Amino acid sequence: MRIELDLAKPIYQQIIDEVKRSVARGDLKPGDKLPSHRELAQKAGVNPNTVQRAYREMEQAELVETLRGQGTFIKDNPRLLREIRTGMAHQALAAFIKEMRSLGFRDEEIRELVEDGLKGTGESVLHEIQETEVSTNEHPGNERETTPRQDGEPL
Amino acid sequence: MSILATSGRPPLVKTESLSKSYFLAKALDNVNIEIEKGIIVGLLGPNGSGKSTFLKCLMGLVRPTAGRVLVEGREPDVVTKAKVAYLPEVDHLYPWMSVAETIKFVGAFYRDWQPERVQRLLELINNVDPRVQVGRLSRGQRARLKLLLAMARSAPLVLLDEPLSGIDPPSRARILKAIVSEYEAGEQTIILSTHEVAESESIFDKVIFLHKGRVKMVADAEELRQSRGTSIQAMLEEEYA
Repeated sequence: MRIELDLAKPIYQQIIDEVKRSVARGDLKPGDKLPSHRELAQKAGVNPNTVQRAYREMEQAELVETLRGQGTFIKDNPRLLREIRTGMAHQALAAFIKEMRSLGFRDEEIRELVEDGLKGTGESVLHEIQETEVSTNEHPGNERETTPRQDGEPL
Repeated sequence: MSILATSGRPPLVKTESLSKSYFLAKALDNVNIEIEKGIIVGLLGPNGSGKSTFLKCLMGLVRPTAGRVLVEGREPDVVTKAKVAYLPEVDHLYPWMSVAETIKFVGAFYRDWQPERVQRLLELINNVDPRVQVGRLSRGQRARLKLLLAMARSAPLVLLDEPLSGIDPPSRARILKAIVSEYEAGEQTIILSTHEVAESESIFDKVIFLHKGRVKMVADAEELRQSRGTSIQAMLEEEYA
């Protein structure tokens, strides 16, 4: 488990998120043991109390269980694991859509790109769109320059 | 009035209207703080904000001009001093002693001295020949030795006055690692004063901001990140700008 700290966010939350990501990716499986508070604290350079708080919250969420004298383990909780994967998929998707829209792509284009990307031919389409994108920038506010379907809208 | 204690337990450290003046200069001005057992506290603030004086008051090295300091409910005396480990900002080691002699000499003063920790700490932070004289150590090596001497004790209260200042980044990283590894979570309380907030803030449970001898803010480190959405370093720059 590798934790790159972002000091602008609560650290215990980042530990929880990293465990969730590891579980979603399958790097951590039910029954796998998590590092001890001290081990993780040393590795990530954080306070053992903070690690303890993260573990406590994951216990409450029934993601992990602590067995006395043995350590903390990922619980066999298929429903929760599914929820985590779905949740992370939604997060990734939302981030992707937001990024694409901020780059100026329309939903139609995004859909097309994803389709082609999944087929493994995404690159050629991307080139095409980049070219048209450049010309769009020359006429800001204009719909699409190649298709002559302007209804006489003023620029 | 700033209250740090959240649990029902009596605070380990409490100050009541604590003030300290050196002649006309007010180093501490009406400080009211409670610190609970078992947490790591970052004592932050610019030069001359009263950080060292605050720690010296807890240690009993400095007498308050007004108000009181209580450690486990007692004003600093022989009993409390046995429970407090202190890393002073100044260089207090004898230059003519070797590293091994220094460790033996200092260890002999304390009942809570942990020889096995000394071994771990030596490997973790020192990696110098124990036969070398302290006077011949580099600044970073001396800083690491000072930390070893403070962390080798199983003291309920550990006061670290600027353990990171004036030393190279690799030494700073080693010192922080050693603090995390030897800290008795939930049992020991560490109060660490520092300028190097960016490097050390990930180990704090709570932070105290001092400014011109007054308490500007007392807060839970994680709650601050949550509510402000910035690092404590960034917050500090804003507060003192």
